[in-house]
Amino acid sequence: MIEKLFKFHGGVHPPEHKAESAATPIRPVPMPARLVLPLRQHIGNVAKVKVAVGDHVLKGQQLAAPEGMISAAVHAPTSGTVVAIDEQLIPHVSGLPDLCITLQADGEDRWIEREPLDYEDMEKTAVIEALRQAGVVGLGGATFPTHVKLRADPRHPVKTLILNGAECEPFITCDDRLMRERADEIIRGLQIMAYLLDAECCLVGIEDNKPEAAQAMRTACARSAVPVEVVLVPTLYPGGGAKQLIKVLTGWEVPSGKLPSEIGVQCFNVATAYAVHRFIDHGEPVISRIVTVTGKVARPGNFEVPLGMAIETLVQAAGGAAPDIDGFIMGGPMMGFKLPSPRVPVVKATNCIIAASPDLFPPQPLPMPCIRCARCADVCPANLQPQELYWFAKSQNFEKARDYHLFDCIECGCCSYVCPSHIPLVQYYRYAKSEIIALDRAKQAANLARERNQLRLARIEREKQERQARHAQKAMGAKTDTAADEAKKAIIAAAIERAKAQKAAVTPQNTDHLPPEAQAEIARIEARRSQAMEQQKE
Amino acid sequence: MMAMASPYLSEQTSVSMIMRKVLLALVPGIAAYVWVYGSGILVSLLLASVTALVSEAVMLKLRGRPLRPFLLDGSALVTAWLLALALPPIAPWWLVVVGTLFAIVVAKQLYGGLGYNPFNPAMVGYAVLLISFPVAMTQWPAPLELAQAKLSLLDQLRYIFGRVLPSGLTVDAISSATPLDTLKTQLKLHHGMADIMAAPMFGTLGTKGGEIVAGAYLLGGVYLLWQRIITWHVPVAFLGMLALLASGCHLIDADRYAGPLFHLFSGAAMLCAFFIATDPVSGPTTPKGKLIFGAGIGILTWVIRTWGGYPDGVAFAVLLMNICVPLIDAYTQPRVFGHEK
Ligand code: SF4
Ligand code: SF4
Repeated sequence: MIEKLFKFHGGVHPPEHKAESAATPIRPVPMPARLVLPLRQHIGNVAKVKVAVGDHVLKGQQLAAPEGMISAAVHAPTSGTVVAIDEQLIPHVSGLPDLCITLQADGEDRWIEREPLDYEDMEKTAVIEALRQAGVVGLGGATFPTHVKLRADPRHPVKTLILNGAECEPFITCDDRLMRERADEIIRGLQIMAYLLDAECCLVGIEDNKPEAAQAMRTACARSAVPVEVVLVPTLYPGGGAKQLIKVLTGWEVPSGKLPSEIGVQCFNVATAYAVHRFIDHGEPVISRIVTVTGKVARPGNFEVPLGMAIETLVQAAGGAAPDIDGFIMGGPMMGFKLPSPRVPVVKATNCIIAASPDLFPPQPLPMPCIRCARCADVCPANLQPQELYWFAKSQNFEKARDYHLFDCIECGCCSYVCPSHIPLVQYYRYAKSEIIALDRAKQAANLARERNQLRLARIEREKQERQARHAQKAMGAKTDTAADEAKKAIIAAAIERAKAQKAAVTPQNTDHLPPEAQAEIARIEARRSQAMEQQKE
Repeated sequence: MMAMASPYLSEQTSVSMIMRKVLLALVPGIAAYVWVYGSGILVSLLLASVTALVSEAVMLKLRGRPLRPFLLDGSALVTAWLLALALPPIAPWWLVVVGTLFAIVVAKQLYGGLGYNPFNPAMVGYAVLLISFPVAMTQWPAPLELAQAKLSLLDQLRYIFGRVLPSGLTVDAISSATPLDTLKTQLKLHHGMADIMAAPMFGTLGTKGGEIVAGAYLLGGVYLLWQRIITWHVPVAFLGMLALLASGCHLIDADRYAGPLFHLFSGAAMLCAFFIATDPVSGPTTPKGKLIFGAGIGILTWVIRTWGGYPDGVAFAVLLMNICVPLIDAYTQPRVFGHEK
């Protein structure tokens, strides 16, 4: 039993705007004629294409296989023909095109052979490999491959499994509806995950603005064999951030730069648990997801959407957007981003589409100077000093920004939200982070080049000495083979030693050896940076 | 166009809204002031306001900054009002103008304008005046109920602008040394605290009349706390430290040291606690830093009041602590999430 809840620092209460979309049940959408499936809908390596243009595929058939451990497969959401494999615009902050498979539906919606997995009779590693092939990723929006988090690591046994049903961002209600309508299935997924991880304690964290969802989940838990505790947590943005939720439920803080598993916790979104259940119990890979369509649309609500459906088609299903909209936001208004085009497809990360208009999101007044009011610091969940970080980022004092823990910023936007001077603080942090990473890369590249040159010089030196040794040997009558070998070895050893020393002299960067999530985060930042630069050019 | 990147939502707040609330919170204090000392203060407030806005506009123009957002942000008015409230209400017009000019032009705009001034502009203006024109700065009118002669608004205007008093009146008839001043001189003459405090200028809590104004500032301060314009740290640390030192010494030697209530309710203590020391720009930003800052002002105020050369130490205390702000901030960084201390 959870006796008491803990608090994280700061947080804000933005207007929720959840009622608009939470009232109606999840609706199906008609299968579109054309589906566009990006090969990278997850964090990690791009999936490897397994089909060719012209191939006929079945619903649920794997179109692209995971490449390496941190990667996820892509499947056909319906049966049809592969008509193109090329670069298309994808829903990404960068606004850049990426490789996609385009599928022309044949209208038959014919499934592959589907079979439930008898996971308890299998090796756990085999189950995890199956999940890897099923394309299951974190469906809360982070899209980190789920199988990676389900591998039991003997060094860090996961005792506590947390399902994240907090859904703290305004406007989004897809998890809320999923919990209300499919609680049993979610709990079933949780049960499978707990089995794979050998978890001892299962918690479901739900913000207290979703009493119906919590009730449904509690009822489902009562019916299930696994002991699960559904905990209502106070509604406070960003209480649904994994680190924040872990803190609230357990009081533990995931150390900076570490993964939750290293303190024995693993955290999954409720929709991810649902996807695990669909695959294990029904043999269905991830080919659809629940998406909230809200904002200025005629009939806001939640939809079960095949991946690859164009956003504009989905918006039509919600009754179409009002004429005064000025774009679509994917994700919530606090951390989401504006879509580069309404034609981009729904992907695994698409939890919410908001038809945005100026009256929903009024334009920001011109920024004023920072008056050091520290409101930003009061609300920062990472307990940073955003006003100092802003100052350092603005003056390009990146080392200082790093010292003040810039990389602990989760970009939740609380600071910008409260700033009376309307400073776009988060944008400064994204910029500073990407600059620091770029600088570190450049430094690393320079070091590498120097190292290579050093080795080359050592080789030249070695060859020269070898030549001399050979000459000397000849002169001496070639009797001291072993001695020459010895000398050669010594020279090589010295060269290696030098190279090693060189390497050691390179100062360690705190962007090295980052966990894969962080690296993916960095990739995202890079993309944003190039976007920002593009926008500046315009 | 909506914001370029998330967050797309923001709280309905702005610098000018904050400043407007600060001005509003000063209204009870001003009303009490008028009631106790007469309407001369309104003239000072008007003079200071006009000077502040005009000099701010000129400086912005010279510095090539946009006028509208910075004139409308209200920060110049806050500086002007705080300075005017700290000056004697029958101060000659040029004193108000010079002080305000110094505050806005030198202490604020020459340092880079809103957000960049390391020192509290109103207190810089005040300190400069106190050093340059000590006599004019200590000529306080007696509270109306104690004054031998009451001046009409017209008489006050005449006095402020022309230093002309109605015939038959001398300066002494309308002004008096401030209670803090009196206390200090009397103590030097080895009078006992009880005797000194028996004089009519001392009230129940602090000083006659002054305590009412202080109470009204306290009211405004509570409003600011309630509106979350300020946090509790600085006022509590400042008033707490002042009261602590005063009580300690008062307990040891009640004859030579005034008690805590007297300190809290006389001079500019309340004004400072809620309106001056809480200036965000020139103060620290971390919660611990704010406590240290407030406590530091409390110590310095009490020391200057008790042993220093000036009757009220608030201005110098604030300025001295302003100097320490970068240091305080650097050493009071809170523990970041996921880090060991
Ligand atoms: S909220 Fe804005 S104005 Fe206030 S300290 Fe932070 S950055 Fe500065
Ligand atoms: S965006 Fe970063 S600095 Fe701002 S409140 Fe969130 S974690 Fe703190």
